[in-house]
Amino acid sequence: MSSEWPLWEVFIRGQHGLNHRHVGSLHAPDAEMAILNARDVYTRRNEGVSIWVVRSSDIVASAPSDKGPLFDPANAKVYRHPTFFDVPDEVGHM
Amino acid sequence: MSALGLSPAIAEFALRMGDSCLILGHRNSEWCGHAPALEEDIALANTALDLIGQTQLWLELACEAEGKGRTSDQLAFLRDVSGYRNLLLVEQPNGDFGRTVMRQYLFDAWHLPLLKALMNSTDKRIAAIAEKAAKEVAYHLERSADLVVRLGDGTAESHARMQAAVDFLWPYTGEMFLADALDEELVASGLAPEPGSHKAAWQEHVTRTFADATLKAPEKSFAQKGGRRGVHSEHLGFILAEMQFLQRAYPGARW
Repeated sequence: MSSEWPLWEVFIRGQHGLNHRHVGSLHAPDAEMAILNARDVYTRRNEGVSIWVVRSSDIVASAPSDKGPLFDPANAKVYRHPTFFDVPDEVGHM
Repeated sequence: MSALGLSPAIAEFALRMGDSCLILGHRNSEWCGHAPALEEDIALANTALDLIGQTQLWLELACEAEGKGRTSDQLAFLRDVSGYRNLLLVEQPNGDFGRTVMRQYLFDAWHLPLLKALMNSTDKRIAAIAEKAAKEVAYHLERSADLVVRLGDGTAESHARMQAAVDFLWPYTGEMFLADALDEELVASGLAPEPGSHKAAWQEHVTRTFADATLKAPEKSFAQKGGRRGVHSEHLGFILAEMQFLQRAYPGARW
């Protein structure tokens, strides 16, 4: 058995209505301790109203080597950006 | 109490509260950079900072109620051992991490019910400090109780260390509930509760936590006492020597 605590990824919601944002990672023996540790490590300066933690090993990530096939095709599709409309002046800043 | 808020009884009470927070905060700060894991290191430092923040509030109240023109820094850095009013429990050496956690837990389980009672103090300043501190201390208690259970009910070694910590610290818990003439005065004017009145809450919390942690409280109880009269163990002198060195060597030095 490994004596190392597993790694957890920490997500903090800064304000009501905003999304949880990834802020970093930490070690903890279980989810409950991970929440307490996250509170102590990542919310010392009044950063959060809510914390999520998830085992790092449970995150499924895209492979860096797939970057080309996954993301390059979107480069050439400018028509997917809403840049071909004239925004009426009354709308103001968008 | 005079119109200016002067009151020797409040000043003395604020010293008792502030000094226990200060010395425990200092003890916890000794772990900074040495705790068994980065996460624990930060958590202990946070607790230390909370306690030192509370110290500031209590000692400022002491200065105000005393009315001698002293500042909270002067109280912290220029009083000698016999002037300190903290519980003997908090000046005990850190020992291993288990003993530090156990000391914190035994203190927190006393601190929280006391602060809750102080929120009803007839003195608004005491009630306000208690209200602010109680939120922090509720978290301290949650965390220290959790660690006591995890370590007590952990491996054979962590269990043995936690039981040794209980056996070592237990004689210092009785002092928390002893009353003296000052307490009678505080109770009579509704400033603070009778120290024995939150013993049941403490006992209940400790019994429940120890049951989960598979730890045993010693049956024989002998209470070490004297902290509130300024009669301390030899350890406090070493703490003050370290904490006060700068102000003693360079009087009036500022950050």
